[in-house]
Amino acid sequence: MRQKILILYLRTPNLDSSVVSWSIYDGTGKQQHTTGDSEKPPYSSVLHAMEEGWRVIQFPQQFPAYPGMEYQTSYLRFEYILEKLEEMDD
Amino acid sequence: MTDNKDLLNSKQMANFVADGYLRFDDLVPAELNEAAHAEMEAGSITTKGAGTVLDETWSENSAVGEVFRLPEIRGIIHSLVGPTPLYDHHAIHVVRPNRKTGQTWHADAIIDLRLHFDVQFFYFCHDTPREMGGTMILPGSHYRRVCESDVARYQNFLGQFPIVCKAGTVVVVHHGIWHCGQPNLTDQTRYMFKLRLNPTARQLGLWDTGDIDDPSIPGILSRNHEWYGNEVRLEVVNRIKFWRFLTGDSKFDVSYWLSRLENLAENVLEAA
Repeated sequence: MRQKILILYLRTPNLDSSVVSWSIYDGTGKQQHTTGDSEKPPYSSVLHAMEEGWRVIQFPQQFPAYPGMEYQTSYLRFEYILEKLEEMDD
Repeated sequence: MTDNKDLLNSKQMANFVADGYLRFDDLVPAELNEAAHAEMEAGSITTKGAGTVLDETWSENSAVGEVFRLPEIRGIIHSLVGPTPLYDHHAIHVVRPNRKTGQTWHADAIIDLRLHFDVQFFYFCHDTPREMGGTMILPGSHYRRVCESDVARYQNFLGQFPIVCKAGTVVVVHHGIWHCGQPNLTDQTRYMFKLRLNPTARQLGLWDTGDIDDPSIPGILSRNHEWYGNEVRLEVVNRIKFWRFLTGDSKFDVSYWLSRLENLAENVLEAA
């Protein structure tokens, strides 16, 4: 069994909101993904990926802004991590 | 002396504030590109080290030095970091043939809290088609406070922008912009010359401000980048603050975003 990880960054915390950034890490070794390798996301939303068999394994927690940092931007906030497991012949 | 005609205008500066970069295609003449390319291949580019005045960094016969003495490039430099900036560092970015993996996303240096800013020039001395790379940048990422490769988990963004260009193209970026070298699937080595400069003058109206009241500027400063998602309004606030810093206009605003927050009414009305 091997794990494939799909990370989707959404416009808002709503799982049906649109994807603005994405990454794929394929533990089966069948695909090699790297920066800049696609112009369009593989799914339109997390919900769309769930409909295609991906399981959500991590939600982003939401915190109020730290005092003094209310207007600062940094990482993408709405990061959802999904997985698929694939049988492999070891 | 920088000729006024070579300075950036206010609309270009507004684009720099919104996007974090400006691009100038075919700026460097062909013979100079060839000479600079040869210097990079030979590994013969030396400097006097960080903190050197730019004009004292390279000798008269250095091709790379000549590139950064071109009047058009001096105009860009003057507009962004003043007429006598300091050399910070340079790097010859080399991507060998048939390199299939891209560099991870990163911002250079470390978290930088200043409104004052450095610039980095990306100079492409030879044609750079997509299959050769070149450097991918993420427009509008320059205000994000991250430390170098903290952003390496990301692979793709809506609106990511690969610099695909002809020889002689120069892109100048804000020091905070996220970027990554792209795979080189050709059988030729790719070169890109990066130069970081520090200001020595207060970055206040250093460009040709004759069009400072151009009606298109608020729209430029409100531009969305799709990857921002819900944070676009915060980024517009970042730009308003930066534009105020660059112009000295402490009341400048776009769409009333900061005026609303700065309204701390103190008038005590008499009881009726």
